[in-house]
Formats: sequence, structure tokens, C-alpha cells
Amino acid sequence: MTCRDFLKELTDYLDDAIDTKTKAELEDHLQWCHNCYVICNTTKKTIEIYRDSHLYELPDDLRGRLRSAIMSKCGKKDSSA
Amino acid sequence: MPTIKQVNEPEPATEELSLVTAAKAGDMGAFEELVRRYDRNVFRIAQHITQNREDAEDVVQDAFLKAYQNLGNFQMQSKFYTWLVRIAVNEALMKLRKRRPERFVSLDEDVQTEEDSMPREIADWSPNPEQLYDQSELKDILGKTINGLPPSFRTVFVLRDVEGLSTEETAEALDLSIPAVKSRLLRARLQLRERLNKYFKSRRSGDGTK
Repeated sequence: MTCRDFLKELTDYLDDAIDTKTKAELEDHLQWCHNCYVICNTTKKTIEIYRDSHLYELPDDLRGRLRSAIMSKCGKKDSSA
Repeated sequence: MPTIKQVNEPEPATEELSLVTAAKAGDMGAFEELVRRYDRNVFRIAQHITQNREDAEDVVQDAFLKAYQNLGNFQMQSKFYTWLVRIAVNEALMKLRKRRPERFVSLDEDVQTEEDSMPREIADWSPNPEQLYDQSELKDILGKTINGLPPSFRTVFVLRDVEGLSTEETAEALDLSIPAVKSRLLRARLQLRERLNKYFKSRRSGDGTK
């Protein structure tokens, strides 16, 4: 397996969406290829850091205002129907 | 190496089904519960795509209103959330088109070749990024970095990796094939990794800079 082959499978590997045989081949590659090990590790951290970052959380006050606006518009739509 | 855990487990399907059925029959309380359940997700998706707070607020309102108006057309074959995400993504892309018509790239366009995503800089990240930056600095870096990706890449990334939709659900929500979702996701992940590298790569002792 080349590094290019490894990269092609990286997404499925990280998502655990590959068959056992391919997984074993990828893990064998990781044993000796330090570059792919680092890429795999830092890509995994990239995903985790975004997922855990709470980037763009909806603040409670804005959340309340938006929900009132939505329900009011839906109510108007009903009464005009 | 352990693989990525899926998060954001959806609510039990049967409970959601009864809420949607009640909302379709005109129960406003049931619809409000659906809003309450998914408003945070819709806001996050909208803000990731539009990169603009006001636009994201508009998208939340417009997406739920559109969902309400079209509940009668919802076939219950897919999950309500996937259907809602599809509406929200379309609303967010419309906002983006209005704001930046000259720069807009549609979800169908494959904007870069695979070579563009080939890793160039390889360095491990240690200590963890969370230890290098405080929370607001980190959010700033993450926001700027994802904003640099083409909309088609960051949309796939946010649905799959931030919101935890499956590849199949992402394909359904974006009207893309599964191979197209996988290809964009791989490239989005690799490009984000490459861009974050300049902030997070290991520093030699004595460097002293952040």
C-alpha cells in the first residue's frame, strides 16, 4: 500500500466504514509510515476539535426570540389560510 | 488508532414520528417541540455556511417557516431532521449567493483537484490545541479556518463531522451521490488539517511563541 492509497481510504478508516481486510492493510501501513500516522492522527484531531468546539452556539436569548418569531409567523400563516 | 465516534445521536425515531404526525395535523405545540429540538443545529449549519450571524438568524426563521408550510409534502420516508437540513442548507446557500454572487460556487461543482488536498506539511500536534489557546482564541482560529474552505466542502464537513449525519443522510440532504460526499469530506478534512497545522504544529522547546 502506498501513502496515496492510504489517503484515499483515510475518511472511511476514520469513520470505521471499511472491511476488516482493508483495515488491517491500513493499520499495517501505519505501523511503518510515520508521515501517514501523523496525518491520520492530526486529521482525527481536526474532526474532534471542530466537533467539540461549540462553535456557533445559539445564545439562549436569541434562541427565545427566534422561536417566538417562528411560531408567530407560522400562526399568521394559519390564520391567513 | 481509534476511529471517530459518532455523536449527536438523533432522538428516537418513533417519538419524532408522532411529533411530525401531530404537527401535520395542525398541532402547533408539536411543531414548536420540533423547533426546540433542532433550532440549535439549524443555526450552527446556517452560520457555518453563510459565515454571517444575521444571515444565520434569517435562515433559522425561513427554514422552519418553510418546513411548516410544506409539512403536508413531507413523505415520512426520510427523517424529519434530514428533510429540515435540506431546506436549511438551500436557504443558507441562497443567502450566500445574494451576498457574494461573484465568489459563489455551487455544491455541484468540484472546485479543486485531489492534488490540492495532498498534505504538504507533516508535523504532529503536541501539546493539544486546547492547551495552546484559550477557548475564544481557539474558536476564532477554527472559524477563520473553516471560512477559507469552498462552501461545497464546508457544508459537507459540518453535516458529517459537526452535526453527525451519516454519509447517506448527508448525500440525501445535499442531493449529492455518496462518492461525491466522501470525496468532498476527505478533501475538506485534509484541507482543514493542513490549514490548522500552522497554529497547532509542535513547537521546539525554547520557541516560546504561541
